Parts: sequence; C-alpha cells; structure tokens
Amino acid sequence: MSKIHVTTSINGDQVEYLCEPHETLLDVLRDRVGLTGAKEGCGSGDCGACSVELDGRLVCSCLVLGAEAEGKEVQTIEGMADGEKLHPLQQKLLEHAALQCGICTPGILVAAKALLEKNPDPTETEVRYWLAGNLCRCTGYDKIIRAVLDAAAEMRGA
Amino acid sequence: MVNEYVESKSDASDVTESKRDFKIVGTRPLRPDGIDKVTGRAMFGADMSAPGMLHGATLRSPHPHARILSIDVSKALALDGVKAVVTSKDFVKQDNSGNQDTLDNLMARDKVLYHGHAVAAVAAVNVDVANSAAKLIKVEYEILPHETDVDAAMLPGAPVLHEGRKFSSVPEGSSPNVSSYWEFGHGDVDEGFAKADIIVERSFKTAATHQGYIEPHACLATMGADGRGELWVCTQGHFMVRELAAAFNGIDASQLRVTASEIGGGFGGKTTVYLEPVAVALARKSGRPVKMVMTRDEVFRATGPTVSSSTDVKIGMTKDGRITAGQAKLRYQGGAYPNITAMLGAMTAFAAYDLDAVQTLAWNVLTNRPKQAAYRAPGAPMAIYTVESVIDEMCQKLDLDPLEVRLLNAARKGTKSSYGPTFDEIGLVATLEAAKAHPHYAAPLGPNQGRGVSCGFWFNFAGNTSVSIAVSPDGTVAVTEGNPDIGGSRASISMMAAEELGIPYDKVRTIVADTNSIGFNDVTDGSRVTFSVGLATIKAARAAIKNMCGRAAMVWGIDPDAVEWKDGAAVPTGHNAGNFPPMTLAEIARDAGKTGGPIAGHFEANADGAGVSFGVHLVDIEVDPETGFTKVLRYTVFQDAGKAIHPAYVEGQMQGGAVQGIGWALNEEYIYGDDGILQNAGFLDYRIPVASDLPMIDAVILEIPNPGHPYGVRGVGETGIVPPLAAVANGVSHAAGVRMAELPMSPPRILAAIDGAKG
Amino acid sequence: MRYESPETVEQAVELLNKCDGIARVLAGGTDILVQLRLAMVEPELVVDIKKIPGMRDIAEQNGGYIIGAAVSGAELGEHEGLTSLWPGVVEAMELVGSTQVQGRATLVGNLCNASPAADSVPAMVAANAIALISGPDGTRECAVVDIPVGPGKTSLTKGEVITAIRLPARPDNSGDAYLRFIPRTEMDIAVSSAGVSLTIDDNGVCTDARVALGAVAPTVVVVEDAANAIIGTKLDDAALEKLAAACSAACNPIDDKRGTVEFRTKTAGVLAKRAAKIAYSRAGGVK
Repeated sequence: MSKIHVTTSINGDQVEYLCEPHETLLDVLRDRVGLTGAKEGCGSGDCGACSVELDGRLVCSCLVLGAEAEGKEVQTIEGMADGEKLHPLQQKLLEHAALQCGICTPGILVAAKALLEKNPDPTETEVRYWLAGNLCRCTGYDKIIRAVLDAAAEMRGA
Repeated sequence: MVNEYVESKSDASDVTESKRDFKIVGTRPLRPDGIDKVTGRAMFGADMSAPGMLHGATLRSPHPHARILSIDVSKALALDGVKAVVTSKDFVKQDNSGNQDTLDNLMARDKVLYHGHAVAAVAAVNVDVANSAAKLIKVEYEILPHETDVDAAMLPGAPVLHEGRKFSSVPEGSSPNVSSYWEFGHGDVDEGFAKADIIVERSFKTAATHQGYIEPHACLATMGADGRGELWVCTQGHFMVRELAAAFNGIDASQLRVTASEIGGGFGGKTTVYLEPVAVALARKSGRPVKMVMTRDEVFRATGPTVSSSTDVKIGMTKDGRITAGQAKLRYQGGAYPNITAMLGAMTAFAAYDLDAVQTLAWNVLTNRPKQAAYRAPGAPMAIYTVESVIDEMCQKLDLDPLEVRLLNAARKGTKSSYGPTFDEIGLVATLEAAKAHPHYAAPLGPNQGRGVSCGFWFNFAGNTSVSIAVSPDGTVAVTEGNPDIGGSRASISMMAAEELGIPYDKVRTIVADTNSIGFNDVTDGSRVTFSVGLATIKAARAAIKNMCGRAAMVWGIDPDAVEWKDGAAVPTGHNAGNFPPMTLAEIARDAGKTGGPIAGHFEANADGAGVSFGVHLVDIEVDPETGFTKVLRYTVFQDAGKAIHPAYVEGQMQGGAVQGIGWALNEEYIYGDDGILQNAGFLDYRIPVASDLPMIDAVILEIPNPGHPYGVRGVGETGIVPPLAAVANGVSHAAGVRMAELPMSPPRILAAIDGAKG
Repeated sequence: MRYESPETVEQAVELLNKCDGIARVLAGGTDILVQLRLAMVEPELVVDIKKIPGMRDIAEQNGGYIIGAAVSGAELGEHEGLTSLWPGVVEAMELVGSTQVQGRATLVGNLCNASPAADSVPAMVAANAIALISGPDGTRECAVVDIPVGPGKTSLTKGEVITAIRLPARPDNSGDAYLRFIPRTEMDIAVSSAGVSLTIDDNGVCTDARVALGAVAPTVVVVEDAANAIIGTKLDDAALEKLAAACSAACNPIDDKRGTVEFRTKTAGVLAKRAAKIAYSRAGGVK
C-alpha cells in the first residue's frame, strides 16, 4: 500500500502528512498530526465528538478521508482560543459549568462556533437542533444550551 | 458575618457544621480542569502515546454460546508486524470467584458466553495489522443453544451457562441459571393486604440499557520482564485497575503504577476492567508499550450494560391513600456472570416509604449476554419504576393527589426502612413539599398532555479514602487524592480545602495522583467522592492546621492549645494567650523549614456516615395520539444534597441523571434477535437523548444536612436517574390515557397501547 | 484500497469501468466511510468526484434546477431559489443526519446508497426528479424512482455515475412537503416517511398530485390511489382519510429494530395526510 501525500492548512498553519487511503481525517489529526482534541466517540458520524470545520463547514472528521483534506482549511478545537485568550464560547461553557467529563466539549465548541458564525442570534430551539449531532451523556444539555445562548449574546454585544 | 471556627480537641470530630457561614462552599468557581477541557488539551484514555507503541485488537466470539475446543494463533503470529498474541492461558487463575468471573469475562476460558465475548488479543505495529491478525486466529467452537431472555432463562430446559457451578443462597429447585436470591422486608404482607381498600397487582419489564459514555474504553500499558510497568487508563478506579491487572498477570500491585487519565464518562461502566489486563499482558510479551482502544461496537457488545428486568408488584392501599402492604418480585438478568444488582433493586424498591408490611424477593438470572456493570444507582431505577407506577395508578383509581399520597407514606427520621436500617435525618418530605409548592405542579396541561411524578432514592457509599495536603513554601496548597474526577469533584475538593484552610480557592490545586503516589482509594462510585474524599480533605486540612498552629505557638512561645485557626491564619485563642498579630498560612509556610520542616496533613480511613439522598421528579409529557411520538415538555428535579458544595455541579448531576432516565424510559434498549446477537450496537440505533429532544431541566436543590459529614454533604450523583423512569412512564400514561408497563415506551409500543385501548 | 480524485467525468467513468473489483463513488462520504469503518464493504477503489467541475454547482435550467452530485445538504438549504421552488425536497435532504452530516451528505449519495428509508428519495420521487448519468456508453437520463431497485442496489451499470439531479420547473400554485417518523427529534433513520407534491387551481382545488412513501417497502412506493384521492378536492377530511387509507394499503414494510409492520403501516398514512396539508398550504391553499 502506498500512502498519499497531503498538503493542507490546520488552524491556519500549513501542514503536510502522509496517510493511507482509508484513513479518516480524524485518524490523521489524532495519530499523525498530534492534535488529539477531536475525539472518536463512535467512528460512524453519530456522536459529533470528532467535529471540525472543513473550509468553514461543520463536519464529522470521522466521515472525511485524510486524503480529502488536500488543499483545504481545517479548523479544530486547538485553534479556537487565541493564545491565552479563550473564545467567548469556551469562557461561557466554563462559567455555566456546562461540562462534566469534557469528552464532548471540543465537538460541542466547534459546532457551536460554526452555528454562531452562520446565525449570531439563534433561538433555544435552533441551538438544540444545530447541536443534535453532538451527543452529551453527562449534562442533559441544559447548561450547554444556556452557555451557547449567553456567548451568542456577548458576541453580539448585547 | 463569619461564625468562628473553634477546633475541637478531638481529631475525629464529625460534628456537622452545615449551618456555618461558608465563604467558598456553596459558590460556583471555575473548575481546575476547565481550560484543558475547553481547549482540547485534556488527555483522555486514548490520547496518550509512547515511543515504539503497538496497537492491540481483540478477537471476539461470533456465537452467543459455545464451547471453545481449540485456538490456533500461529497464522496471526506469523503475520508481518504482529508482536504478541494472548489468550486466557496467559492469565493467572484467581481464588476469588468474583475476580475469576471478571477475568473470564475479559478473556473467555472454556466457553464463550455471549456474542462478542473476547477470545484472544493481538498487539501489532498498527490497528489494521492487529485487526487482520485477529482474523487469522483460528478458533474451533462447539456451538451451544443460547438464551437472552430473563424469564426464559429460568425455565426448565433452558441452556445452562455455568454447568456444575454451585451458587449458595439459591433456593432448592431453582434453575441452574439463577445465581443469587435475596429477600428483604419486615411485617406481614398478607395481613397488610387484608387491610387494604384496593389492591393493584402489575407486572413490568425493562430492557437492558448502557451507560452510554461517549468515550470508549482505552489504555496504554508498558510492562517489563521484571514485572514493573505503567498503565494509563480512563477509569473510575485506578486502584481497582491496578489490583486486577496485577493479579491477573501475576505481578505485584506496587510494581504496576496506574495513572488515571481524564475520563470521558463512566456512570459505573468504568468500575471494572476489560482491556487493561490484556494490554499489560501484551506489553510484557512484546516488550513494547501497547495501546488498546475499544470501538463503539465493542463497547456495546462486550462491556456491561445494566440488567434487564421482569418484576411483579402488588400494593395495598386504603381509600385515603395509606399503603398497607407492598410486595415485589424482581427477576433481573445481568448477562453471563453473577452480580448483585437484583439485591440492590430489592433493597431500594420501597425505600421511600414508611411501611408496616413490606416484602421484596429478588433473583439474578444468567443469560447469554454481556456481563452487566454498574449503571448509576444500579438496580434502583427499574425497581422504583415499578412501585412508583403502581402507586400512580392507585392515585388515579382513588382520585388522590400523587404528591399527597407520597407525603402520607413518606419515610422520615426514625422510619424503619424496607431494607433494614432505620433512617436518620433524611430529605424526602422536604423534596416532596418543595415539589408540591413549585409552580410546575400547578401549571395547566393541554390536550394529549399528562404529568408524571416519582420519588427516588439511593444509599450512597463512603469507603476507603486517602488524601494528602501539602503546603508549599509560597503559601499555596496542593491536595493529592486518588479518585478519578467524573463530575467536577476536583473543584469541590479544592473548595472544601480552601474553606477549611481559610485561603482563596485559586490558591489550592487538587490532583488525582497515580497509585504509587497516594494511599489506597476505592473506586469513584456510589456517589462517594464529594462525601468521602471531601471528608478526608477536611480532616487532612485540619491535621495541617493543627500542625501550623503548633508552628505559630512555637514562634510565639505559647502553648499549642492556646492557638486557633481563623480566616486563614493562626491566632491566639484570647487575650490571656498573648497579644500576637495573626500569622497567615503563607507566613507560616514561608518559615516552615525553620520551625520543623515541611507542612502537610493527611487522612486515610474507610469512611462511613454517608447519607442517603432522596429526590422527586416532575415531568410534563405530550403524546401524539396518531403516532405515539412523545415530547418532554417540562422537567423539574428536586433532590436533597445535604450540603451543595458546588451547586452548579450538583445541578449537573441532577440534570444528567434525569436525562439518562428519560432516554431509558422512552427509547433506549438492547435489542436482540432470535440469533442471540445484539442488533443495535451503535449510537444510531441505541438512541440516547439528543439536545433537540429535551427542554431545560430545572433543578431545585434541597439541603437537609447529613450528620455524618462535617459540612453535611450527601452524595448526589446517582439518585437523579432513579425517579425519571416512573415519572416519564406516569406522564405518558396520563397523556396517552393508557397505563404503560414496559420500558422503553418507544412510539410503536405507545401507539399499539393507544390503539389497543380503543378496542 | 486506492483513492483517486479525477478532474473530469470521463476520467471518473474510465476509472470505474476499468476496476475489476468493488468500486465506490465518493461524494459526501457519509455512507461510504461508515461502511468502510464497519467493514461492510471493502472496495478496491474509491473515486472522489468532488474535483470535477460542475459537481458542486446548483444551476437554474428552464425554470428548474440542475444540482451537481457533490452538492451538500447544507448547500441545498442555503440556496434560496431551490428552497422556494422545491421546499419539500430540500427539507427532506436536510433531515439526513446531523448538522455535521449535512455539511457533506448529498442527494445523489443518499439516492445511490439505496436505503429503503432514505429521506431524500420520496421527496425527489414526488417531485418527478431525473438523474443525469454518465457512463462508458455516453450520457443518459433516468427517473429517480427507477434508480434504487432494492436495499443497497441501484439500476446503474458498471462504469456509470450520476453527475446531477434535475428538478423540474413547476406550475404556479404548487407545493411539496416531506415528513418522516423518527422516535427522537433528530439523528434517526426514518421509520416511515411520505413525500407529497401537488398543484392547485385558483379555487384551491387540487389538480395534480404525487404521493411517495419511504421506509415501508424495499424501495420507495408511489401511491397513485392516494394522489387520486385528493385530486379534484380541497383536501377535506374525507379526502385525506382516503389518502391515508390508500397509503396504508400500499405499504409492504418489515418488522425490525426500528418499527413494526403495524406501526409503519399506520404512520405512513398519518404522515402522508400531514405532508399533503403542508404541501397544500405551500401551494397557497387555505384550509
């Protein structure tokens, strides 16, 4: 088997890697590029723990081949904070105690960020439906939804 | 206004100071692992790597029940890139039958007892090679008939799982698949039924559900030929992992250092071992680090869900709503090996009530399904579901208010519980009254809507705990404990330490140390950590305080008894002791080297004094009568926390437990076909609640202090999953106009019940 | 497994045609990657069509739309013109999976995966959608309803690939809608589903209708009796009951882990009724 050489951009940095044809972007991020923030909860696109943005589009990285990232821009949880400065969503999740074990948190944050990029003033229902693909087993979602709505308000300057 | 704390002369003081004016306890600071978790830096079980690391894969049984005739691993070993293969022969036989069952479960010995039962494992240079190698292992099976249903497995002629094994405690004439039998209760139920104005008898079934943690099991092991090694693992109990991984591999516990990673959910499902001893064995055989991570499919097929149940309940009640007798017969199946969940079900079924006559009988039945594991208040949700459903039905029949009837029969201080002990101060009445007074209870309902109510209960445990507190020369404090943090406990522990020491929260850092760095700790389960580790932290802090008061006394030249601790500083107890300005912790710490050396405090004990926690849930449900689709409109949780150290984390436990219960009531179930193979081993068809399924979950914390903890803490993690099954079932029953008696109440079942009732 | 990403349709066709083993076309990947992971399929070749010009375009044509095979559900939903012309088709595709899956999944992928419960197919069938196909023998068109022939099987021959879906123009006063039954609110495979497309006249009387059911048979079921039940009516209750009954009668479902025969049969009728009402109101009908 020969590996595929891929050149891509991850969190604004140019990255090159070699991967097998069948390797997913999630496998590549975790095992080849050293970015373990995206998690494998299911490997089948049912849990959202592997969420990343691909060319600005929210996707499950377990449903994208490593080869498909060629020439694209990938945004992962690791790129969300600006150095020491947390993104408002990250800050609000902490303030609202909207995480317990934290395994779903990277995926939730990437997904919520994608939502607010598209719709800066979502209703509670819109947030819930947008995040339906991000399973959380610990929180019952209540504090997560509150945190996202609160972050949205702050980002709107409301 | 701060109440002065006066250190008592006795070290073992358990006086509850829940009325004390807390400065930090009861607030909501940010958790110490928070930034790591929101930036993706936190390291979970599968996030660790080591140089030269191999990857493990497991070969699993394709049959639900079969004898293993032979295993030929030669072709697997010959595959390029394969470095080691293990089977049950590589492990040490255990004297303790429970441990042997755990070992047999993670690597089948003579028989495979469920589809997916591990038979062998391979370590290779990558996962693909490991999986290919596993497929090359030739296993010869003699296929046996199988049974997955709890009632069918008890019938004569059912396939026997553990031939020749004698189970004590089981009545004569029981099926060989009954592994245990229990009875609890007091009084004369026949006499009680005779006094009743109405009696309702009903049978209920619940399906097996999985804890559903989003993080699959994962670990990374290194092991030298000298029996010295390291293990990185996501677990609720790394001391338990050490004990079992060492014992199964015939090595000494203190030579295996186990580090608990951050854990992506457990709920009881990570209180045992599956991969870890195998990874250690592969690491030793190959001489290289071995990483093993379960796939989601493996998690469902081969790790413990909770039991499925079949229960008969009979309750007698006067027309005024007083329960005169309660009886339950609970049959649980927990898969292929014995377990005590049915005992816990029998103990908890009627625990909320003050009864003169109560009797619970319970059987555990073996079936060809994966070995069950604890799932948040194990045994209680499915037991209390049945009792609370019948009580609701009786309230309907007698036209009585459901909460009034609960209050009329509620257990209180002094009540002899249905499982034996007499209750001390408990919070059931307070939670019931809070529910009754809450606006939710009076809110109007529309067409096709119904309201459900249920109580719930969990014992909560204490257990073996070790905590160490070290004061750094710069006056900041390190708390070292040994219980993996599954709910935010590091924050609560830091808060209790800071409160006790009188220093700011952010001057304390709590870490979960590895098994070589702190004394033994029981598993994080039983809702025990905030209670036990909190208690131990407070006591360790008091030991450190005593030490520091001694240092101040030395500096001041006065008697140590004349020094007390106030607002984070040593002060003389009164004018007679001397007019010295307070010596802060930081000042004492700075000079520690001159006054006697490093300052620390520690505490180890098998704690007791845990307080039970009661809860009440209210839920409003809407059912679409044409499709059976169920919507949860409104949900409120009331629970007694004793003392909520960090209210947001207490709320989180209440909300999380409620939502797991909602999933259990409505859609979650293990589905088997006649072939004995699990049909829904993934999150697509094992349907846990998603964000759009739910409303906000309102949480009301009551605080009836537990006399056994210095601050009054009661465990809160488990009670929250107990009431929702009946609350939702009662809500659906009212909304759909037909009584439901089987979980999950998936839409096809609800629609069939509605259409059936139309006649 | 070999991964290729050709830059022309001809190259894609040639790759597929030349492959002696199992080959799969990769657009969104939301079915294939799951099947790869579960080892349900072990293809020798995967052909990524996303670099081919036009595959990601939505183009207006004669009042209708040509939708490239790699257009994602999310992109469909963001296209105002398409959404207002065929809201039912768009909403059907937007029900497939999560927001993340939406970012990748495609109409053509959903169609070619040929699951009996595919969400986009009943809506496309009700809309009389056409598949544009390229193959070794050139190009051809095929009604979407004739693409799936059984669970997991399509009528495409070796070397063929669907390059686009054509949704026709529609008369004024037309509307379509798609509804599915799932036990949760999201993330489930449809247990039963109904796509309805209809046209009404100035008086609100239905002049044309097409009703297609999903997840109640190995492939989508077109129920002419149901359409006839509402044509010539203003979708009064009696007409809708007839439509529902016709749908239930046309079902041929199975019992499985997602639903029973009775449940699917009953709810298919209920959903068809409800979808018809929505389509009617989108067409401008007032009830």
